[in-house]
Amino acid sequence: MIDYGPDAILMKGLDGRNWRLKDYEARDGYAALKKILQEKRKPEDIINDLKKSALRGRGGAGFPTGLKWSFMPRQFPGAKYVVCNSDEGEPGTCKDRDLLRYNPHSVIEGMVIAGYAMQASAGYNYIHGEIWDTYELYQEALAEAYAAGYVGKNILGSDFSYEMYTHPGYGAYICGEETALLESLEGKKGMPRFKPPFPASYGLYGKPTTINNTETFAAVPWILRNSADAFLALGKPNNGGTKIFSVTGHVNRPGNYEVKLGTPFAKLLEMAGGMRAGHKLKACIPGGSSMPVLPAEIMMKTDMDYDSIAKAGSMLGSGAVIVMDERTCMVRALERLSYFYFEESCGQCTPCREGTGWLYRIVNRIENGQGRMEDLALLDNVSDNIAGRTICALGDAAALPVKSFIKHFRDEFVHHIQHKECLVKGEIEPRWGRTQKEKLKEAA
Amino acid sequence: MILSAASLQKIDQEVAKYPADQKQSAVMSALIIAQDEKGWLSTEVMDSVAEYLGMAPVAVYEVASFYTMYNLKPTGKYKLTLCTCLPCGLQGSLAAADHLREKLGIDFNETTPDGRFTLKEGECMGACAMAPVVLVNNKKMCDYMSNDKIDQLLKDLK
Repeated sequence: MIDYGPDAILMKGLDGRNWRLKDYEARDGYAALKKILQEKRKPEDIINDLKKSALRGRGGAGFPTGLKWSFMPRQFPGAKYVVCNSDEGEPGTCKDRDLLRYNPHSVIEGMVIAGYAMQASAGYNYIHGEIWDTYELYQEALAEAYAAGYVGKNILGSDFSYEMYTHPGYGAYICGEETALLESLEGKKGMPRFKPPFPASYGLYGKPTTINNTETFAAVPWILRNSADAFLALGKPNNGGTKIFSVTGHVNRPGNYEVKLGTPFAKLLEMAGGMRAGHKLKACIPGGSSMPVLPAEIMMKTDMDYDSIAKAGSMLGSGAVIVMDERTCMVRALERLSYFYFEESCGQCTPCREGTGWLYRIVNRIENGQGRMEDLALLDNVSDNIAGRTICALGDAAALPVKSFIKHFRDEFVHHIQHKECLVKGEIEPRWGRTQKEKLKEAA
Repeated sequence: MILSAASLQKIDQEVAKYPADQKQSAVMSALIIAQDEKGWLSTEVMDSVAEYLGMAPVAVYEVASFYTMYNLKPTGKYKLTLCTCLPCGLQGSLAAADHLREKLGIDFNETTPDGRFTLKEGECMGACAMAPVVLVNNKKMCDYMSNDKIDQLLKDLK
């Protein structure tokens, strides 16, 4: 068994090999779909159940799923689409990969139920290109579901027909943004669209479309099998259910852990094996690299749910918990994050295309001992001129880390500028090996 | 046609996933299939994909140049992409990068003189807890890459 923790419901009883249809059925898989079709449940009842469950989007924004589904014009004649966003590329996040390779049918069942509830004609799962073996495994699972009559024409003898397909990403972080993903599905560059119109009215091929994260779909069958109240009761009001957190960085056992929303961070840290021997927590990014960093003392007092993390000054995001110990140089850490957004900006909006380059180059020169005192104000200024001034949230995602790193760890940036070296001494993380160290010495 | 019959058949299967008037949706898969056959996407290959899908060539170039996993230049026999993002970096992927560079005697974006290996630096691959992560020719992901496992991988890729 893979240990996702005692609270696990979506990842319960998985051993890495029992992903096939018969295994999923033995775990009560497809029971929710069967029940819905047998009882001819009304779509609005299913949507109301989801609203009651307080399931919120697991991809990053945390938008209430039932509410999102209710935006779909179900009576609209013609094609309507359901899209699963499995383009998991937010640094620190690796949960959807496990869902897709260890429990793919839970995602498929969730997407079929979504199709029924929103009266959609087809569903596409857009899967991150880097996890190609998982893409192929998921396709195999989908073929099993087709063969068993859970997907396709007249599902389980009902008059509901629904086709499902896979679509590969191929190395563009921006396609995790829902409208960029739609552009990519249409065979174009993944550049986000202006909203409104929102996908529910103008989505894939201009048709009504609803996009949810992989983990969101995977939670749907459990909710309909066990009741919305049961799901809500697992978490807290407005934060229903469990959440898979990907814990990475300086912990003893990096990995995915599924816990009830509202679980204290300290407990999650303990599940991940705690800090590495002899080291102590310095900082943590609780929701993926796009979210503000929080210092240890705030983090240790925070519970892991949408509202608590927001109150603490960050966001739950995708549930990627990046843990850093006292050896971490926050300037160096920010430099790598800023490079990521510079590299991944799609280039459509000037503030982001140019601004991410400015952020990276300024942090880079501070890291390399070329910084000036006025750079700190400049970073703030550039950040403010990106955030909120772009079509999509990548601009904000590039700006938030910069502002939060400087806010909480200003002394490290000042030390770098004044002394041309890290405030942290000894083995500095993230750590290069011999070659790079030598190169840096040569450069100096 | 530049692509083999087998590749075209695979592309047809991809085209069938989308509405009849939306063949362009299959371009990403078509380019993956073409790259798997040819190793990289020359202008001729992209033009033939454009013709096959009824797209303007420039629309195909746009896609091929936007998504980083397409090779717009020839690579070594094995393209190794190592993720060096922050979470991976905190779990030893930078040291793994140095080990790879030292072993292969090349830097990122370079190819070994014998044409066997091209080394690339990747952005998040969605496997952060299993760092260091090396992707071989876009298709095979190797995780928990200690120096020993890297040595073994290089030995296995003949």
